[in-house]
Amino acid sequence: MGAVVLIVLTIAFFIVRLAPGDPAALMLGPDATPEDAVALRERLGLDRPIFVQYATFITGAVRGDLGQSIFFNQPVTQVLKARAEPTVLLSLFSLIVALLVAVPIGIYSAYRHGSFFDQAAISTAMLAASVPSFWTGLMAQRWLATEYGWFPASGYGGPDTVFLDRIEYLILPSLVLGIVNSALILRFTRASMLDVLGEDYIRTARSKGMSEFRVVLRHALRNAGIPIITVVGLTFALLVSGAVVTERVFNIPGMGNLVVNAVLRRDYPVIQGTLIVVANLYVIINLITDLLYLVVDKRVRF
Amino acid sequence: MAGALYGERGVLALLLARRSSALALGFFLLVLLLVAIAPLIAPADPSAMAVRQRLTPPGDLFPLGADAFGRDVLSRLLYAGRVSLMIGAGVAVVSSLFGILIGLIAGFFRSLDGPVSRIIDAMMAFPDILLAISLVAILGGSMVNVIIALSIVYTPRIARIVRASTLVIRELPYVEAARALGSPTHYMLTHHVLLNVLSPIIVQATFIFVYSMLAEAGLSFLGVGVDPSTPTWGTMINEGRQYIDQAPFLILFPGLAISFSVLSLQLVGDGLRDALDPRIARQM
Repeated sequence: MGAVVLIVLTIAFFIVRLAPGDPAALMLGPDATPEDAVALRERLGLDRPIFVQYATFITGAVRGDLGQSIFFNQPVTQVLKARAEPTVLLSLFSLIVALLVAVPIGIYSAYRHGSFFDQAAISTAMLAASVPSFWTGLMAQRWLATEYGWFPASGYGGPDTVFLDRIEYLILPSLVLGIVNSALILRFTRASMLDVLGEDYIRTARSKGMSEFRVVLRHALRNAGIPIITVVGLTFALLVSGAVVTERVFNIPGMGNLVVNAVLRRDYPVIQGTLIVVANLYVIINLITDLLYLVVDKRVRF
Repeated sequence: MAGALYGERGVLALLLARRSSALALGFFLLVLLLVAIAPLIAPADPSAMAVRQRLTPPGDLFPLGADAFGRDVLSRLLYAGRVSLMIGAGVAVVSSLFGILIGLIAGFFRSLDGPVSRIIDAMMAFPDILLAISLVAILGGSMVNVIIALSIVYTPRIARIVRASTLVIRELPYVEAARALGSPTHYMLTHHVLLNVLSPIIVQATFIFVYSMLAEAGLSFLGVGVDPSTPTWGTMINEGRQYIDQAPFLILFPGLAISFSVLSLQLVGDGLRDALDPRIARQM
Protein backbone atom coordinates (compact mmCIF):
# COMPACT_ATOMS: atom_id res chain seq x y z
CA MET A 1 0.00 0.00 0.00
CA GLY A 2 2.86 2.33 0.85
CA ALA A 3 4.37 1.73 -2.59
CA VAL A 4 1.08 2.52 -4.31
CA VAL A 5 0.74 5.78 -2.36
CA LEU A 6 4.28 6.76 -3.30
CA ILE A 7 3.60 6.03 -6.97
CA VAL A 8 0.34 8.01 -6.77
CA LEU A 9 2.32 10.98 -5.46
CA THR A 10 4.95 10.52 -8.18
CA ILE A 11 2.37 10.31 -10.97
CA ALA A 12 0.57 13.41 -9.69
CA PHE A 13 3.91 15.25 -9.49
CA PHE A 14 4.93 14.41 -13.04
CA ILE A 15 1.49 14.83 -14.66
CA VAL A 16 1.46 18.48 -13.71
CA ARG A 17 5.01 18.90 -15.00
CA LEU A 18 4.14 17.31 -18.34
CA ALA A 19 2.52 20.55 -19.43
CA PRO A 20 4.40 21.95 -22.39
CA GLY A 21 5.91 25.36 -21.91
CA ASP A 22 6.66 27.25 -18.75
CA PRO A 23 4.06 26.46 -16.07
CA ALA A 24 4.57 29.83 -14.43
CA ALA A 25 3.85 31.68 -17.67
CA LEU A 26 0.82 29.46 -18.31
CA MET A 27 -0.57 30.09 -14.86
CA LEU A 28 -0.11 33.82 -15.10
CA GLY A 29 -1.71 34.12 -18.52
CA PRO A 30 -0.71 36.24 -21.51
CA ASP A 31 -0.69 39.59 -19.71
CA ALA A 32 2.11 38.76 -17.29
CA THR A 33 5.54 40.30 -17.58
CA PRO A 34 8.66 38.07 -17.70
CA GLU A 35 9.56 39.42 -14.24
CA ASP A 36 6.25 38.09 -12.85
CA ALA A 37 7.02 34.70 -14.32
CA VAL A 38 10.47 34.63 -12.77
CA ALA A 39 9.03 35.62 -9.39
CA LEU A 40 6.34 32.94 -9.55
CA ARG A 41 8.85 30.30 -10.65
CA GLU A 42 10.96 31.17 -7.65
CA ARG A 43 7.97 31.10 -5.29
CA LEU A 44 6.91 27.66 -6.56
CA GLY A 45 10.46 26.36 -6.51
CA LEU A 46 10.34 25.73 -10.27
CA ASP A 47 13.79 27.25 -10.73
CA ARG A 48 15.40 24.39 -8.82
CA PRO A 49 16.46 21.04 -10.36
CA ILE A 50 13.61 18.59 -10.91
CA PHE A 51 14.96 16.09 -8.36
CA VAL A 52 15.11 18.73 -5.66
CA GLN A 53 11.53 19.73 -6.54
CA TYR A 54 10.47 16.11 -6.36
CA ALA A 55 12.12 15.51 -3.00
CA THR A 56 10.63 18.69 -1.57
CA PHE A 57 7.22 17.72 -2.90
CA ILE A 58 7.30 14.18 -1.48
CA THR A 59 8.57 15.21 1.96
CA GLY A 60 5.95 17.97 2.04
CA ALA A 61 3.12 15.68 0.91
CA VAL A 62 4.00 13.07 3.54
CA ARG A 63 3.70 15.77 6.18
CA GLY A 64 0.36 16.87 4.73
CA ASP A 65 1.66 19.89 2.80
CA LEU A 66 0.39 19.91 -0.79
CA GLY A 67 1.73 23.33 -1.75
CA GLN A 68 0.02 26.65 -2.38
CA SER A 69 -2.95 27.35 -4.63
CA ILE A 70 -2.07 30.03 -7.19
CA PHE A 71 -5.61 31.32 -7.52
CA PHE A 72 -6.62 31.33 -3.85
CA ASN A 73 -3.14 32.09 -2.54
CA GLN A 74 -3.82 29.61 0.27
CA PRO A 75 -2.42 26.18 1.12
CA VAL A 76 -3.99 23.54 -1.14
CA THR A 77 -4.97 21.41 1.87
CA GLN A 78 -6.96 24.32 3.29
CA VAL A 79 -8.71 24.94 -0.05
CA LEU A 80 -9.58 21.25 -0.31
CA LYS A 81 -10.76 21.02 3.29
CA ALA A 82 -13.20 23.86 2.73
CA ARG A 83 -14.73 21.99 -0.24
CA ALA A 84 -14.64 18.46 1.16
CA GLU A 85 -17.96 18.34 3.03
CA PRO A 86 -20.41 18.43 0.09
CA THR A 87 -18.31 15.99 -1.96
CA VAL A 88 -17.93 13.45 0.84
CA LEU A 89 -21.61 13.68 1.78
CA LEU A 90 -22.74 13.51 -1.86
CA SER A 91 -20.63 10.39 -2.50
CA LEU A 92 -21.79 8.78 0.74
CA PHE A 93 -25.51 9.51 0.21
CA SER A 94 -25.29 8.31 -3.40
CA LEU A 95 -23.66 5.10 -2.23
CA ILE A 96 -26.51 4.59 0.25
CA VAL A 97 -29.08 5.28 -2.48
CA ALA A 98 -27.30 2.87 -4.84
CA LEU A 99 -27.21 0.14 -2.17
CA LEU A 100 -30.84 0.64 -1.17
CA VAL A 101 -31.91 0.37 -4.80
CA ALA A 102 -29.56 -2.32 -6.04
CA VAL A 103 -29.20 -4.88 -3.25
CA PRO A 104 -32.90 -5.69 -2.65
CA ILE A 105 -33.64 -5.72 -6.39
CA GLY A 106 -30.54 -7.81 -7.07
CA ILE A 107 -31.51 -10.36 -4.41
CA TYR A 108 -35.09 -10.60 -5.61
CA SER A 109 -33.97 -10.84 -9.26
CA ALA A 110 -31.72 -13.77 -8.43
CA TYR A 111 -34.45 -15.38 -6.34
CA ARG A 112 -36.96 -15.06 -9.17
CA HIS A 113 -34.34 -15.84 -11.81
CA GLY A 114 -35.69 -15.57 -15.37
CA SER A 115 -38.99 -13.99 -14.35
CA PHE A 116 -40.42 -10.84 -15.86
CA PHE A 117 -39.25 -8.90 -12.81
CA ASP A 118 -35.72 -10.20 -13.28
CA GLN A 119 -35.55 -9.25 -16.94
CA ALA A 120 -37.09 -5.84 -16.36
CA ALA A 121 -34.62 -5.15 -13.56
CA ILE A 122 -31.61 -6.16 -15.64
CA SER A 123 -32.73 -4.13 -18.65
CA THR A 124 -33.45 -1.04 -16.56
CA ALA A 125 -30.04 -1.33 -14.89
CA MET A 126 -28.38 -1.55 -18.28
CA LEU A 127 -30.25 1.49 -19.54
CA ALA A 128 -29.38 3.46 -16.40
CA ALA A 129 -25.70 2.66 -16.93
CA SER A 130 -25.87 3.91 -20.53
CA VAL A 131 -27.22 7.36 -19.81
CA PRO A 132 -24.62 10.03 -18.97
CA SER A 133 -25.21 11.01 -15.33
CA PHE A 134 -25.04 14.73 -16.11
CA TRP A 135 -27.84 14.32 -18.63
CA THR A 136 -30.06 12.56 -16.10
CA GLY A 137 -29.06 15.28 -13.65
CA LEU A 138 -30.05 18.08 -16.02
CA MET A 139 -33.36 16.41 -16.78
CA ALA A 140 -34.14 15.79 -13.09
CA GLN A 141 -33.16 19.36 -12.29
CA ARG A 142 -35.35 20.73 -15.07
CA TRP A 143 -38.46 18.73 -14.19
CA LEU A 144 -38.31 17.74 -10.52
CA ALA A 145 -36.71 20.91 -9.19
CA THR A 146 -37.58 23.77 -11.54
CA GLU A 147 -40.95 22.55 -12.84
CA TYR A 148 -42.43 20.86 -9.75
CA GLY A 149 -40.28 22.50 -7.09
CA TRP A 150 -39.85 19.33 -5.05
CA PHE A 151 -36.17 19.97 -4.48
CA PRO A 152 -33.88 22.98 -4.48
CA ALA A 153 -32.58 23.31 -8.06
CA SER A 154 -28.95 24.08 -7.32
CA GLY A 155 -26.38 25.37 -4.87
CA TYR A 156 -25.53 24.38 -1.32
CA GLY A 157 -27.13 27.18 0.69
CA GLY A 158 -25.39 30.34 1.83
CA PRO A 159 -22.55 30.46 4.35
CA ASP A 160 -25.08 30.77 7.22
CA THR A 161 -27.20 27.79 6.22
CA VAL A 162 -27.31 25.22 9.02
CA PHE A 163 -26.08 21.70 8.34
CA LEU A 164 -29.53 20.08 8.08
CA ASP A 165 -30.67 22.66 5.53
CA ARG A 166 -27.53 22.12 3.47
CA ILE A 167 -28.36 18.41 3.32
CA GLU A 168 -31.61 19.31 1.53
CA TYR A 169 -29.56 20.53 -1.43
CA LEU A 170 -27.91 17.13 -1.72
CA ILE A 171 -31.10 15.01 -1.93
CA LEU A 172 -31.76 15.30 -5.66
CA PRO A 173 -28.06 15.08 -6.69
CA SER A 174 -27.63 11.98 -4.50
CA LEU A 175 -30.73 10.32 -5.93
CA VAL A 176 -29.54 10.94 -9.49
CA LEU A 177 -25.94 9.86 -8.87
CA GLY A 178 -26.98 6.86 -6.76
CA ILE A 179 -29.54 5.51 -9.21
CA VAL A 180 -27.28 5.99 -12.23
CA ASN A 181 -24.51 4.08 -10.46
CA SER A 182 -26.64 1.31 -8.97
CA ALA A 183 -26.40 -0.87 -12.09
CA LEU A 184 -23.02 -2.38 -11.26
CA ILE A 185 -24.03 -3.31 -7.71
CA LEU A 186 -27.31 -4.74 -8.98
CA ARG A 187 -25.63 -6.99 -11.51
CA PHE A 188 -23.03 -8.23 -9.05
CA THR A 189 -25.55 -8.85 -6.29
CA ARG A 190 -27.71 -10.80 -8.69
CA ALA A 191 -24.86 -12.85 -10.16
CA SER A 192 -23.35 -13.60 -6.79
CA MET A 193 -26.74 -14.57 -5.27
CA LEU A 194 -27.46 -16.80 -8.28
CA ASP A 195 -24.19 -18.62 -7.66
CA VAL A 196 -24.88 -19.14 -3.98
CA LEU A 197 -28.54 -20.10 -4.34
CA GLY A 198 -27.47 -23.12 -6.37
CA GLU A 199 -25.23 -24.47 -3.58
CA ASP A 200 -25.87 -27.66 -1.68
CA TYR A 201 -26.11 -25.99 1.72
CA ILE A 202 -29.02 -23.88 0.48
CA ARG A 203 -30.85 -27.05 -0.46
CA THR A 204 -30.00 -28.48 2.96
CA ALA A 205 -31.32 -25.40 4.70
CA ARG A 206 -34.54 -25.59 2.70
CA SER A 207 -34.98 -29.29 3.34
CA LYS A 208 -34.68 -28.62 7.06
CA GLY A 209 -37.86 -26.62 6.64
CA MET A 210 -36.24 -23.25 7.19
CA SER A 211 -38.31 -20.29 6.00
CA GLU A 212 -37.39 -18.92 2.56
CA PHE A 213 -36.80 -15.54 4.12
CA ARG A 214 -34.15 -16.99 6.41
CA VAL A 215 -32.59 -19.11 3.67
CA VAL A 216 -32.17 -16.18 1.34
CA LEU A 217 -31.21 -13.48 3.81
CA ARG A 218 -29.18 -15.46 6.35
CA HIS A 219 -27.59 -18.30 4.43
CA ALA A 220 -27.33 -17.01 0.89
CA LEU A 221 -26.74 -13.29 1.32
CA ARG A 222 -24.00 -13.80 3.87
CA ASN A 223 -22.08 -16.00 1.46
CA ALA A 224 -22.79 -13.79 -1.52
CA GLY A 225 -21.41 -10.85 0.46
CA ILE A 226 -17.77 -10.77 -0.64
CA PRO A 227 -18.28 -9.95 -4.32
CA ILE A 228 -20.88 -7.41 -3.29
CA ILE A 229 -18.45 -5.68 -0.92
CA THR A 230 -15.80 -5.58 -3.67
CA VAL A 231 -18.17 -3.94 -6.08
CA VAL A 232 -19.27 -1.44 -3.46
CA GLY A 233 -15.64 -0.32 -3.25
CA LEU A 234 -15.50 -0.03 -7.04
CA THR A 235 -18.77 1.88 -7.12
CA PHE A 236 -17.40 4.35 -4.64
CA ALA A 237 -14.64 5.22 -7.13
CA LEU A 238 -17.29 5.70 -9.83
CA LEU A 239 -19.26 7.92 -7.48
CA VAL A 240 -16.29 10.21 -6.87
CA SER A 241 -15.89 10.56 -10.65
CA GLY A 242 -19.62 11.07 -10.97
CA ALA A 243 -19.58 13.66 -8.20
CA VAL A 244 -17.26 15.89 -10.27
CA VAL A 245 -19.88 16.11 -13.01
CA THR A 246 -22.92 16.11 -10.71
CA GLU A 247 -21.52 18.98 -8.64
CA ARG A 248 -21.19 20.92 -11.87
CA VAL A 249 -24.82 20.23 -12.84
CA PHE A 250 -26.23 21.23 -9.47
CA ASN A 251 -23.65 23.93 -8.83
CA ILE A 252 -22.49 22.42 -5.54
CA PRO A 253 -19.27 24.00 -4.24
CA GLY A 254 -17.41 20.72 -3.70
CA MET A 255 -14.05 19.30 -4.68
CA GLY A 256 -15.34 18.37 -8.14
CA ASN A 257 -16.34 21.92 -8.92
CA LEU A 258 -13.05 23.09 -7.44
CA VAL A 259 -10.94 20.87 -9.67
CA VAL A 260 -12.83 21.82 -12.84
CA ASN A 261 -12.33 25.48 -12.00
CA ALA A 262 -8.68 24.78 -11.22
CA VAL A 263 -8.33 23.24 -14.69
CA LEU A 264 -9.93 26.28 -16.30
CA ARG A 265 -7.70 28.60 -14.22
CA ARG A 266 -4.59 26.43 -14.68
CA ASP A 267 -4.15 26.26 -10.92
CA TYR A 268 -1.84 23.25 -11.13
CA PRO A 269 -1.13 22.79 -7.39
CA VAL A 270 -4.89 22.41 -6.78
CA ILE A 271 -5.25 19.85 -9.61
CA GLN A 272 -2.30 17.94 -8.22
CA GLY A 273 -3.60 18.10 -4.66
CA THR A 274 -7.08 16.91 -5.62
CA LEU A 275 -5.64 13.99 -7.59
CA ILE A 276 -3.55 12.95 -4.58
CA VAL A 277 -6.34 13.25 -2.02
CA VAL A 278 -8.91 11.40 -4.13
CA ALA A 279 -6.52 8.61 -5.19
CA ASN A 280 -5.46 8.04 -1.59
CA LEU A 281 -9.09 8.00 -0.53
CA TYR A 282 -9.55 5.21 -3.06
CA VAL A 283 -6.58 3.29 -1.67
CA ILE A 284 -8.04 3.64 1.84
CA ILE A 285 -11.51 2.49 0.67
CA ASN A 286 -9.87 -0.58 -0.84
CA LEU A 287 -8.17 -1.30 2.47
CA ILE A 288 -11.51 -0.95 4.28
CA THR A 289 -13.19 -3.35 1.81
CA ASP A 290 -10.42 -5.86 2.46
CA LEU A 291 -10.96 -5.50 6.20
CA LEU A 292 -14.72 -5.90 5.76
CA TYR A 293 -14.08 -9.33 4.24
CA LEU A 294 -12.91 -10.39 7.69
CA VAL A 295 -16.21 -9.36 9.21
CA VAL A 296 -18.38 -11.00 6.54
CA ASP A 297 -16.37 -14.15 5.96
CA LYS A 298 -14.73 -15.74 8.96
CA ARG A 299 -12.66 -17.97 6.66
CA VAL A 300 -10.65 -15.04 5.30
CA ARG A 301 -7.38 -14.57 7.17
CA PHE A 302 -4.64 -12.10 6.41
CA MET B 1 -5.21 -21.56 -30.73
CA ALA B 2 -7.62 -19.89 -33.04
CA GLY B 3 -10.24 -22.38 -31.93
CA ALA B 4 -10.36 -20.77 -28.48
CA LEU B 5 -11.22 -17.48 -30.08
CA TYR B 6 -13.57 -18.45 -32.81
CA GLY B 7 -15.18 -21.56 -31.31
CA GLU B 8 -16.89 -24.22 -33.32
CA ARG B 9 -19.84 -22.13 -34.37
CA GLY B 10 -17.99 -18.85 -34.62
CA VAL B 11 -18.39 -15.90 -32.32
CA LEU B 12 -20.55 -13.97 -34.74
CA ALA B 13 -23.05 -16.81 -34.95
CA LEU B 14 -23.18 -17.08 -31.16
CA LEU B 15 -23.54 -13.34 -30.86
CA LEU B 16 -26.35 -13.19 -33.37
CA ALA B 17 -28.13 -16.14 -31.76
CA ARG B 18 -29.12 -13.92 -28.88
CA ARG B 19 -31.86 -11.58 -29.96
CA SER B 20 -30.81 -8.64 -27.77
CA SER B 21 -27.19 -8.78 -28.97
CA ALA B 22 -28.22 -9.14 -32.61
CA LEU B 23 -30.57 -6.15 -32.35
CA ALA B 24 -27.95 -4.12 -30.52
CA LEU B 25 -25.27 -4.92 -33.09
CA GLY B 26 -27.66 -3.99 -35.89
CA PHE B 27 -28.54 -0.72 -34.22
CA PHE B 28 -24.92 0.17 -33.58
CA LEU B 29 -23.93 -0.60 -37.17
CA LEU B 30 -26.82 1.59 -38.33
CA VAL B 31 -25.53 4.46 -36.18
CA LEU B 32 -22.04 3.95 -37.64
CA LEU B 33 -23.45 3.99 -41.16
CA LEU B 34 -25.57 7.12 -40.62
CA VAL B 35 -22.61 8.94 -39.13
CA ALA B 36 -20.29 7.77 -41.91
CA ILE B 37 -22.55 9.05 -44.67
CA ALA B 38 -23.41 12.25 -42.76
CA PRO B 39 -22.37 14.55 -45.62
CA LEU B 40 -24.81 12.74 -47.92
CA ILE B 41 -27.84 12.65 -45.68
CA ALA B 42 -27.52 15.71 -43.44
CA PRO B 43 -30.31 18.11 -44.41
CA ALA B 44 -28.13 21.18 -43.84
CA ASP B 45 -24.57 22.37 -43.28
CA PRO B 46 -23.94 21.68 -39.56
CA SER B 47 -22.33 25.08 -39.06
CA ALA B 48 -24.68 27.16 -41.23
CA MET B 49 -26.32 29.73 -38.99
CA ALA B 50 -29.78 31.19 -39.39
CA VAL B 51 -30.04 33.49 -36.42
CA ARG B 52 -33.65 34.45 -37.12
CA GLN B 53 -34.63 30.81 -36.77
CA ARG B 54 -32.79 30.29 -33.48
CA LEU B 55 -34.31 27.81 -31.01
CA THR B 56 -36.96 26.71 -33.52
CA PRO B 57 -38.68 23.61 -32.12
CA PRO B 58 -38.61 20.38 -34.16
CA GLY B 59 -40.88 20.73 -37.20
CA ASP B 60 -40.92 20.96 -40.99
CA LEU B 61 -38.04 23.39 -41.30
CA PHE B 62 -35.72 21.62 -38.85
CA PRO B 63 -36.58 17.95 -38.20
CA LEU B 64 -34.97 18.04 -34.75
CA GLY B 65 -35.10 21.78 -34.20
CA ALA B 66 -32.49 24.52 -34.41
CA ASP B 67 -29.98 25.55 -31.77
CA ALA B 68 -29.17 28.96 -30.32
CA PHE B 69 -27.42 30.02 -33.54
CA GLY B 70 -30.17 28.62 -35.76
CA ARG B 71 -28.05 25.62 -36.78
CA ASP B 72 -29.84 22.42 -37.73
CA VAL B 73 -29.73 20.00 -34.76
CA LEU B 74 -30.13 16.85 -36.88
CA SER B 75 -27.16 17.74 -39.08
CA ARG B 76 -25.06 18.64 -36.07
CA LEU B 77 -26.05 15.40 -34.38
CA LEU B 78 -24.83 13.39 -37.39
CA TYR B 79 -21.51 15.22 -37.62
CA ALA B 80 -21.01 15.22 -33.84
CA GLY B 81 -21.50 11.47 -33.84
CA ARG B 82 -18.43 11.12 -36.03
CA VAL B 83 -16.24 12.77 -33.42
CA SER B 84 -17.83 10.99 -30.44
CA LEU B 85 -17.56 7.56 -32.06
CA MET B 86 -14.06 8.24 -33.36
CA ILE B 87 -12.93 9.10 -29.84
CA GLY B 88 -14.53 5.92 -28.47
CA ALA B 89 -12.96 3.74 -31.14
CA GLY B 90 -9.60 5.51 -30.94
CA VAL B 91 -9.34 5.04 -27.19
CA ALA B 92 -10.41 1.39 -27.43
CA VAL B 93 -7.69 0.66 -30.01
CA VAL B 94 -4.87 2.69 -28.46
CA SER B 95 -5.47 1.51 -24.89
CA SER B 96 -5.74 -2.10 -26.09
CA LEU B 97 -2.40 -1.92 -27.91
CA PHE B 98 -0.53 -0.41 -24.98
CA GLY B 99 -2.42 -2.51 -22.47
CA ILE B 100 -1.46 -5.69 -24.31
CA LEU B 101 2.17 -4.67 -24.46
CA ILE B 102 2.39 -3.70 -20.79
CA GLY B 103 0.30 -6.65 -19.62
CA LEU B 104 2.35 -9.20 -21.55
CA ILE B 105 5.60 -7.79 -20.21
CA ALA B 106 4.33 -7.73 -16.62
CA GLY B 107 2.84 -11.20 -16.84
CA PHE B 108 5.66 -12.91 -18.66
CA PHE B 109 8.78 -11.42 -17.11
CA ARG B 110 8.66 -12.06 -13.39
CA SER B 111 11.21 -9.44 -12.40
CA LEU B 112 9.14 -6.67 -14.01
CA ASP B 113 5.80 -7.82 -12.62
CA GLY B 114 6.11 -6.18 -9.20
CA PRO B 115 6.93 -2.62 -10.29
CA VAL B 116 4.59 -2.64 -13.31
CA SER B 117 1.69 -3.98 -11.23
CA ARG B 118 2.20 -1.32 -8.56
CA ILE B 119 2.11 1.38 -11.24
CA ILE B 120 -1.10 -0.12 -12.67
CA ASP B 121 -2.65 -0.15 -9.17
CA ALA B 122 -1.66 3.47 -8.62
CA MET B 123 -3.03 4.55 -12.02
CA MET B 124 -6.32 2.84 -11.26
CA ALA B 125 -6.61 4.68 -7.95
CA PHE B 126 -7.30 7.90 -9.87
CA PRO B 127 -10.98 8.25 -10.81
CA ASP B 128 -11.42 8.26 -14.63
CA ILE B 129 -12.86 11.70 -15.11
CA LEU B 130 -10.53 13.35 -12.64
CA LEU B 131 -7.41 11.90 -14.28
CA ALA B 132 -8.80 12.66 -17.73
CA ILE B 133 -9.56 16.31 -17.02
CA SER B 134 -6.15 16.80 -15.47
CA LEU B 135 -4.48 15.28 -18.53
CA VAL B 136 -6.58 17.27 -20.98
CA ALA B 137 -5.85 20.41 -18.97
CA ILE B 138 -2.17 19.76 -19.49
CA LEU B 139 -2.24 18.46 -23.06
CA GLY B 140 -4.81 20.95 -24.31
CA GLY B 141 -8.28 20.25 -25.68
CA SER B 142 -8.28 18.68 -29.11
CA MET B 143 -9.70 15.41 -30.39
CA VAL B 144 -6.28 13.73 -30.49
CA ASN B 145 -5.41 14.92 -26.99
CA VAL B 146 -8.71 13.67 -25.62
CA ILE B 147 -7.94 10.28 -27.19
CA ILE B 148 -4.44 10.32 -25.65
CA ALA B 149 -5.75 11.36 -22.22
CA LEU B 150 -8.50 8.72 -22.15
CA SER B 151 -6.11 6.07 -23.46
CA ILE B 152 -3.77 6.79 -20.55
CA VAL B 153 -6.75 6.43 -18.23
CA TYR B 154 -7.96 3.11 -19.67
CA THR B 155 -4.68 1.36 -20.61
CA PRO B 156 -4.19 0.02 -17.06
CA ARG B 157 -7.54 -1.81 -17.25
CA ILE B 158 -6.45 -3.78 -20.31
CA ALA B 159 -2.95 -4.27 -18.92
CA ARG B 160 -4.36 -5.73 -15.70
CA ILE B 161 -6.48 -8.28 -17.56
CA VAL B 162 -3.69 -9.26 -19.94
CA ARG B 163 -1.26 -9.64 -17.05
CA ALA B 164 -3.62 -11.88 -15.06
CA SER B 165 -4.29 -14.13 -18.06
CA THR B 166 -0.62 -14.23 -19.04
CA LEU B 167 0.35 -15.36 -15.54
CA VAL B 168 -1.94 -18.36 -15.90
CA ILE B 169 -1.04 -19.20 -19.49
CA ARG B 170 2.74 -19.01 -19.06
CA GLU B 171 2.56 -21.95 -16.65
CA LEU B 172 0.54 -24.17 -18.99
CA PRO B 173 2.26 -27.27 -20.42
CA TYR B 174 2.15 -26.13 -24.03
CA VAL B 175 4.03 -22.94 -23.25
CA GLU B 176 6.56 -25.00 -21.32
CA ALA B 177 6.81 -27.30 -24.31
CA ALA B 178 7.37 -24.38 -26.65
CA ARG B 179 10.07 -23.08 -24.34
CA ALA B 180 11.71 -26.50 -24.22
CA LEU B 181 11.66 -26.61 -28.01
CA GLY B 182 13.59 -23.37 -28.03
CA SER B 183 10.88 -21.00 -29.29
CA PRO B 184 12.05 -17.41 -29.07
CA THR B 185 10.32 -15.34 -26.39
CA HIS B 186 8.62 -12.97 -28.81
CA TYR B 187 7.18 -15.93 -30.71
CA MET B 188 5.83 -17.49 -27.52
CA LEU B 189 4.33 -14.17 -26.44
CA THR B 190 2.55 -13.49 -29.70
CA HIS B 191 1.57 -17.00 -30.78
CA HIS B 192 0.95 -18.84 -27.53
CA VAL B 193 0.04 -16.20 -25.00
CA LEU B 194 -1.52 -13.30 -26.90
CA LEU B 195 -3.88 -15.40 -29.00
CA ASN B 196 -5.25 -16.97 -25.85
CA VAL B 197 -5.85 -13.72 -24.01
CA LEU B 198 -7.51 -12.10 -27.01
CA SER B 199 -11.10 -12.83 -26.04
CA PRO B 200 -11.12 -11.02 -22.68
CA ILE B 201 -9.31 -8.13 -24.40
CA ILE B 202 -11.98 -7.84 -27.10
CA VAL B 203 -14.71 -7.78 -24.48
CA GLN B 204 -12.90 -5.21 -22.36
CA ALA B 205 -12.13 -3.06 -25.41
CA THR B 206 -15.85 -2.91 -26.19
CA PHE B 207 -16.53 -1.63 -22.70
CA ILE B 208 -13.68 0.87 -22.97
CA PHE B 209 -15.32 2.16 -26.15
CA VAL B 210 -18.45 2.69 -24.04
CA TYR B 211 -16.66 4.34 -21.12
CA SER B 212 -14.73 6.65 -23.45
CA MET B 213 -17.87 7.83 -25.18
CA LEU B 214 -19.42 8.61 -21.81
CA ALA B 215 -16.19 10.19 -20.56
CA GLU B 216 -15.86 12.34 -23.69
CA ALA B 217 -19.41 13.57 -23.15
CA GLY B 218 -18.55 14.29 -19.51
CA LEU B 219 -15.38 16.17 -20.43
CA SER B 220 -17.17 18.24 -23.05
CA PHE B 221 -19.95 18.94 -20.58
CA LEU B 222 -17.38 20.22 -18.08
CA GLY B 223 -15.93 22.42 -20.80
CA VAL B 224 -12.53 20.71 -20.70
CA GLY B 225 -12.96 18.32 -23.61
CA VAL B 226 -12.69 18.75 -27.34
CA ASP B 227 -12.49 22.36 -28.51
CA PRO B 228 -16.11 23.69 -28.36
CA SER B 229 -16.10 24.62 -32.06
CA THR B 230 -16.03 20.90 -32.94
CA PRO B 231 -19.50 19.50 -32.32
CA THR B 232 -19.62 16.32 -30.23
CA TRP B 233 -22.67 14.93 -28.46
CA GLY B 234 -21.19 16.18 -25.18
CA THR B 235 -20.55 19.73 -26.40
CA MET B 236 -24.07 19.87 -27.86
CA ILE B 237 -25.53 19.09 -24.42
CA ASN B 238 -23.22 21.63 -22.83
CA GLU B 239 -24.32 24.34 -25.29
CA GLY B 240 -27.99 23.45 -24.98
CA ARG B 241 -27.85 23.63 -21.22
CA GLN B 242 -28.40 27.39 -21.09
CA TYR B 243 -31.62 27.03 -23.06
CA ILE B 244 -33.01 24.09 -21.13
CA ASP B 245 -36.18 26.01 -20.25
CA GLN B 246 -37.01 27.38 -23.71
CA ALA B 247 -35.63 24.54 -25.84
CA PRO B 248 -35.25 21.27 -23.89
CA PHE B 249 -34.96 19.40 -27.21
CA LEU B 250 -31.42 20.79 -27.55
CA ILE B 251 -30.18 18.49 -24.82
CA LEU B 252 -32.78 15.77 -25.32
CA PHE B 253 -31.58 14.56 -28.73
CA PRO B 254 -27.81 14.42 -28.12
CA GLY B 255 -28.56 12.73 -24.78
CA LEU B 256 -30.65 10.08 -26.54
CA ALA B 257 -27.93 9.65 -29.18
CA ILE B 258 -25.28 8.95 -26.52
CA SER B 259 -27.56 6.75 -24.43
CA PHE B 260 -28.73 4.51 -27.24
CA SER B 261 -25.28 4.18 -28.84
CA VAL B 262 -23.82 3.30 -25.45
CA LEU B 263 -26.65 0.92 -24.61
CA SER B 264 -26.33 -0.95 -27.90
CA LEU B 265 -22.57 -1.22 -27.52
CA GLN B 266 -22.94 -2.46 -23.93
CA LEU B 267 -25.32 -5.16 -25.15
CA VAL B 268 -22.84 -6.13 -27.86
CA GLY B 269 -20.11 -6.29 -25.22
CA ASP B 270 -22.26 -8.49 -23.00
CA GLY B 271 -23.11 -10.72 -25.92
CA LEU B 272 -19.44 -10.99 -26.89
CA ARG B 273 -18.48 -11.90 -23.35
CA ASP B 274 -21.08 -14.65 -23.26
CA ALA B 275 -20.14 -15.90 -26.71
CA LEU B 276 -16.41 -15.93 -25.99
CA ASP B 277 -16.66 -17.35 -22.50
CA PRO B 278 -19.47 -19.87 -22.13
CA ARG B 279 -18.57 -20.37 -18.47
CA ILE B 280 -19.60 -16.83 -17.62
CA ALA B 281 -22.64 -17.04 -19.86
CA ARG B 282 -24.20 -19.59 -17.56
CA GLN B 283 -23.78 -17.40 -14.50
CA MET B 284 -24.98 -14.09 -15.82
